[in-house]
Amino acid sequence: MDEFGAMDSPAHRLDARAKAVATIAFIVAVMSFPPYELSGLAPFVIYPVVLLALSGIPPAFILRKVLIAAPFAICIGLFNPLFDRHPVVLPGGLVVAGGWISFASILFRFALTVSAALVWVASSGMHRLCAGLERIGAPRAFVVQLLFLHRYLFVVADEGLRMRRAMDLRSAGARGPSLRVYGSITGHLLLRALDRAHRVYAAMRARGFDGRVRALRETESRIGDAAFVVCWIAFFAIARKWNLAEALGAWITGGAR
Amino acid sequence: MHMADALISPAVGGTMWAASAGLLAWCARKIRQTLDDRLVPLMGVLGAFIFAAQMINFTIPATGSSGHLGGGLILAVLLGPYASFVVIASVLTVQALFFADGGLLALGCNIFNLGFFPAFVALPLIYRPIVRDARGGVRLWLGSMLAAIVGLQLGAFGVVIETTLSGISELPFDKFVMLMQPIHLAIGIVEGLATAAVVAFVARTRPEALVMPSAPVDFSVNLRPVQTGLLIAAVIVGGALSWFASSHPDGLEWSMGKVSGREELESREAGIHEDMARVQEKTAFLPDYGFKTGEPEETQAWPAVNAGTTISGLVGGAMVVALAGLAGYLLRLRRKTA
Repeated sequence: MDEFGAMDSPAHRLDARAKAVATIAFIVAVMSFPPYELSGLAPFVIYPVVLLALSGIPPAFILRKVLIAAPFAICIGLFNPLFDRHPVVLPGGLVVAGGWISFASILFRFALTVSAALVWVASSGMHRLCAGLERIGAPRAFVVQLLFLHRYLFVVADEGLRMRRAMDLRSAGARGPSLRVYGSITGHLLLRALDRAHRVYAAMRARGFDGRVRALRETESRIGDAAFVVCWIAFFAIARKWNLAEALGAWITGGAR
Repeated sequence: MHMADALISPAVGGTMWAASAGLLAWCARKIRQTLDDRLVPLMGVLGAFIFAAQMINFTIPATGSSGHLGGGLILAVLLGPYASFVVIASVLTVQALFFADGGLLALGCNIFNLGFFPAFVALPLIYRPIVRDARGGVRLWLGSMLAAIVGLQLGAFGVVIETTLSGISELPFDKFVMLMQPIHLAIGIVEGLATAAVVAFVARTRPEALVMPSAPVDFSVNLRPVQTGLLIAAVIVGGALSWFASSHPDGLEWSMGKVSGREELESREAGIHEDMARVQEKTAFLPDYGFKTGEPEETQAWPAVNAGTTISGLVGGAMVVALAGLAGYLLRLRRKTA
């Protein structure tokens, strides 16, 4: 994810805040549709696709992330066909339970919202994201916390992985450790993390840390960013009010609605 | 337990965003007031520790399956309520942004469900009164178990309420509760065991590590600016966003209307069901978020700027604020008597 944040593209050059506003407007518009909507959601695919295309991030990367995150939505959504059993006739004479329609709608929304959010983050990078957050007034303690968490996430996670590998090697294929051993291993991980925090603090104090983290690349709002936000919100409003997919279908099939 | 955007309506998501953002601002202020900047790297590294600890599994006694640390309670124990809430919020934000674990619109819900309950309910009301200064033994294990169970039960119940209010999943409230609460009872027990095991180890090997430079549990600050802010946010969210709540009947009612020709099925069962229904009719003064009119509701174009819906939103928001205020008052009382 971080490699993509450091790339340079038209999507990356947009202000992280502009992308945030557009993405949140997108999610709100998508989630405000009634439960059985499918065709009305279709035009919204354009937003993540355009942003993805502008950013040059490989689509397979985003797709994989969406699939990894899917189980929860599928689990809860699967109850819809169970509890909503009124028949719906599909074109072609196929009859299904209404719950399948709302289940499909949930999955569609899930793919839309998750991919939009992922593209936004991947095309911004953590530093620009946090700088944007601070400038729209998020508490500084939270922004600094996010930056630190992101910085040490992989360091401490590596430590945890090494400890787990060491444990696996010594336990010769046995199942997980007993609670007592677990407490000792995780406790050691915690102590190492605390020691690291003290070293980091000492090093930071030596370099003049005063409780603030300064972003190197300050972004400033330009007309392009404002136009980006205004155009997308206008599009979302239009697509929310009128069913563009149905209108297009009616036009293609000769006006039979 | 991380909720996804696909199951949340904008009104519910927005309300929970406002609640979590307000709490976050308050906690950030408390941290800045009371703390030295030693806590900055400490919080960051402990957030990373939560991610790392989730990679290590242990065998759950007597079952053979395995579990790992969730993290909310141990952060609260180590850092105190304010700093731990900020850390949990940051962990959930990173999970949502980078791992697509939990949605953006649902982030407010997730922070509230997984952050508020361990830090501001389970820690001060259950863990601390039971454990006190115990460095192991029955008190520590009992306190950790109970605190983890209660925190997760409340969080799971929050998930159920937020999902049901959103009206996108067809899962009925009672069935969803019966699904979520037992699962999270098991998860709570595992969480309690893991938390107690780690705390007991650290207490045994390096007890001074449990005394963090954190803010004390202190609710005696001036809450008025926060309260006012939350009140304004609740009124705006409740008043404005409820227009955008769909004017269509919710899915289940809609499907029943299609099948049977009426909105609600008539219950023919006598006895307790009838009594409960009568009680509910009397107590629910805002059925379906609108005033009772006795006439069939007319369908309105979106967004339905409907006085009934708006008033329901405002009254609901006011009730939430009142409940939160009551909780704060009780906490303060407890502190004075302690």
